Amino acid sequence: MSLVTVGAERTHTKAEQAEYVTFRVHSQWMGIPVMMVQEVLTAQRIALVPLTGDAVAGFLNLRGQIVTALELRTTLELPPRPADAEFMNVVVRHEDELFAFMVDEVGDVVSVTSSSIEPTPATLGARWSAVCSGIVRRESEILVVVNVPELLRLEQPST
Amino acid sequence: MDDLLRDFLTESAENLGKLDHDIVELERRPGDASLLNGVFRTIHTIKGTCGFLGLDRLEGVAHAAENVLDALRDGKLTATPALIGDILKAVDCIQMILDHLNQHECEPEGSDAALIGVLECLLDPQRTSPGTEQTETIEYSRRKDDGEPAHAHQDSTLRVGVELLDQLMNLVGELALGRNQLLQLISAHEDSEFANPAHQINRITTDLLEAVMKTRMQPIGNAWTKLPRVVRDLSAANGKQISLVMHGAETELDRQILQAIQDPLTHMIRNSADHGIEKPSVRINAGKRAEGTISLSAKHEGGHVVIEIADDGVGIDVGRVRQKAVERGLAKADAVAAMPDAQVLRFVFEPGFSTAAQVTNVSGRGVGMDVVRSNIELIGGTVDLSSMAGQGTTVRVKIPLTLAIISALLVGAGGETFAVPQIGVVEVVGVTEERHALIETVNGAQFYRLRDSLLPLVPLHSLLGLQAMESDAGYNIVVCQIGSLRYGLVVQEVFDTQEIVVKRVGRLARHLQTYAGCTITGDGCVIMILDNAGIAAAARVSNIETLHDVNDSAGSSLNGPTDAAMESFILFDAGYPALQAVPLSLVARLEEFPQAVIEEANGHFLVQYRGDLIPIIAANPAIDMRAIDPRPVIVFSANGRTVGVAVNEIRDIVDEHIQLQRRAPRPGVSGVCVIAGRATEMIDPSYYLHKEHGIDVQGADSRPEFALDEYLAKLDSATALTTVRTLLETMQEAA
Repeated sequence: MSLVTVGAERTHTKAEQAEYVTFRVHSQWMGIPVMMVQEVLTAQRIALVPLTGDAVAGFLNLRGQIVTALELRTTLELPPRPADAEFMNVVVRHEDELFAFMVDEVGDVVSVTSSSIEPTPATLGARWSAVCSGIVRRESEILVVVNVPELLRLEQPST
Repeated sequence: MDDLLRDFLTESAENLGKLDHDIVELERRPGDASLLNGVFRTIHTIKGTCGFLGLDRLEGVAHAAENVLDALRDGKLTATPALIGDILKAVDCIQMILDHLNQHECEPEGSDAALIGVLECLLDPQRTSPGTEQTETIEYSRRKDDGEPAHAHQDSTLRVGVELLDQLMNLVGELALGRNQLLQLISAHEDSEFANPAHQINRITTDLLEAVMKTRMQPIGNAWTKLPRVVRDLSAANGKQISLVMHGAETELDRQILQAIQDPLTHMIRNSADHGIEKPSVRINAGKRAEGTISLSAKHEGGHVVIEIADDGVGIDVGRVRQKAVERGLAKADAVAAMPDAQVLRFVFEPGFSTAAQVTNVSGRGVGMDVVRSNIELIGGTVDLSSMAGQGTTVRVKIPLTLAIISALLVGAGGETFAVPQIGVVEVVGVTEERHALIETVNGAQFYRLRDSLLPLVPLHSLLGLQAMESDAGYNIVVCQIGSLRYGLVVQEVFDTQEIVVKRVGRLARHLQTYAGCTITGDGCVIMILDNAGIAAAARVSNIETLHDVNDSAGSSLNGPTDAAMESFILFDAGYPALQAVPLSLVARLEEFPQAVIEEANGHFLVQYRGDLIPIIAANPAIDMRAIDPRPVIVFSANGRTVGVAVNEIRDIVDEHIQLQRRAPRPGVSGVCVIAGRATEMIDPSYYLHKEHGIDVQGADSRPEFALDEYLAKLDSATALTTVRTLLETMQEAA
């Protein structure tokens, strides 16, 4: 792909609004494009899948479909959630497979102008920089936009 | 109609429908490259396929149209209305020929020279134009006035994406789970008004499940289409005459399995054609017909499909296999000499094993048979080989009907539930405290002394990193078999067997060889399906050879491993000083009847079972039928007659090579043999059948009719064959 096309896309989307599902992981608010989110579930019974990576909490059954549950606190190297704390599942579809991102709280769907998304600050650290596609300054907090494909790629064990 | 032609017509009908629309669209948007490419591809596909099917007239028209479209793609021509008109005429012509094919299965008479000429003219205006006066002759009507019968078959088939079928399968699987839950709820309230609709839903769900399963089924003949060609080429190349006979091509199985067996099948057919069947001169010298036959058959057997590849060729030289096995260090010379032929033949499945003196460019008998076996085992199948020198070789492949739904054993370990595919499970051994002594530790690895062999143990909880079980609690060993390798999976609990719908695991767990998939249980839980082969690999279960070495170095007097070629016997106690045995293959069922169901009539004992009355005879007249509750009974069945033999205790099931000594201490005993180091009496089931059904076993006209044919067929061990002969002789002697 040439540089020209990239530039063209930028200008094209400049004024566009995109909607994001927001959620909180530990104390950080994050967002995922609403088109990627299939649904939000309350805590589900999750079947342990031994030998998988640390962030893989297990599989859950969503109307007959197998959904891989990912503990975002582990992925993002945040302190573990207390055992009795409640959590929510943000079910995300990526390449025809479902993943449930385990988060602490689900917020509103917010509309973000693409021009207001700023590049991820380098100070976030390598892992965060990889899974964030940018940040949005909002009145009360900073929203980190999650790069879902990259996040899942990070969790994919090398075979 | 030929399958190929039918597929071609169905596909073309779909494409042509779109083509008309696309070409007209092309006239509006002549510069649209993707549209043009699409039109080109369609015409190109038709041309390619009809060349293959020998449809010359159709190919000519399609070819000319394709050339014009190609020039359009290259920008040498522009899509003027006149040009588009000519292409549409070509499409009409194609449609006309296809309609004719559909009705008459042949191309219509006539020539398209004029139309082709017009199309060629577009490419090269210098060519002599066919002249405007001729254009009249190339008007093709759409033939709609002929009526519509041509479209009849197009409506009866529909091409549906595999993805959609898989999705249907998933949904139906889910529906079945919901149905199970519903039935569970209803069973507690049979008089509820919901009971009737629930049962109706149950019936419909079962039918639906079956119908959806059927959509995934394809006739096995689809995997056979290439084989006649393979055989023809091989026989031509080697100067042989071979006919390939195929039976049961309509036998259906899951498309996933069909794909998996394609290569192994081709390989085995090649083997038969290349190494099995001899040259005509050799065959005639051996007193056979010059033309060899390879027969390929498929049939349903239970939940399986059995495929047999048989040739009437030279067969496998068992002596040579013995020699090779020793040369390759697979077994010791004296051990090989003592092995029955059937067991020796199994060496053919060892990697790199070949008895072919000369390896041809096609195949060496045995080369690649290890791959055949591993491919078939991968889909939960088994492969067996029998051969008679000079008579031919038969390979028997048994594969499951589908991989989508399997029967599995649910087990518990480390607080989690797992499913073990039933197909790899040989038996389950409960380990109580007194049996702990049977666990041996060699070099840190645990073994269980199962009858006379050492079974390597794989504790599931430690393999999966789960919490350890309480050491003093009773646990279970699930004995799994992968090819010739046996191991015991140690689990805490064994629940029940269930038909489960196999689902793919998520990508984040797909690298783990321990899982074959996952499933959803009736209560909505996800559980992992274990992969028997993957677990053996992950746990690095030592194979039997190394186990042997361990035994030797430990100075243990343990016998060799159990082998599938051995005959299985049931050992039981009937109150005699010696244990009694009976070949497992002769036993219909093992039952434990509570005293309450054992009825007494006129001094005879009877049990009602599945609507039948089964007479129960004590194995020993001294047995008091009422003394034990429930009473263990061995059920035999032959020629529509059934009898239960009451015993005191079923002791064990053992695999043994036995040497039966013809000695009958009393009626009903065929002889005496040594099993597990103990003198054991081999009982004769026909004695009890005859006795109960009023035929005097000693009578002159009584023939040993007890399922002996089946018995013989089931045996593949020469030693066991001796047993039968001895048994027969004993009976005849008695008679």
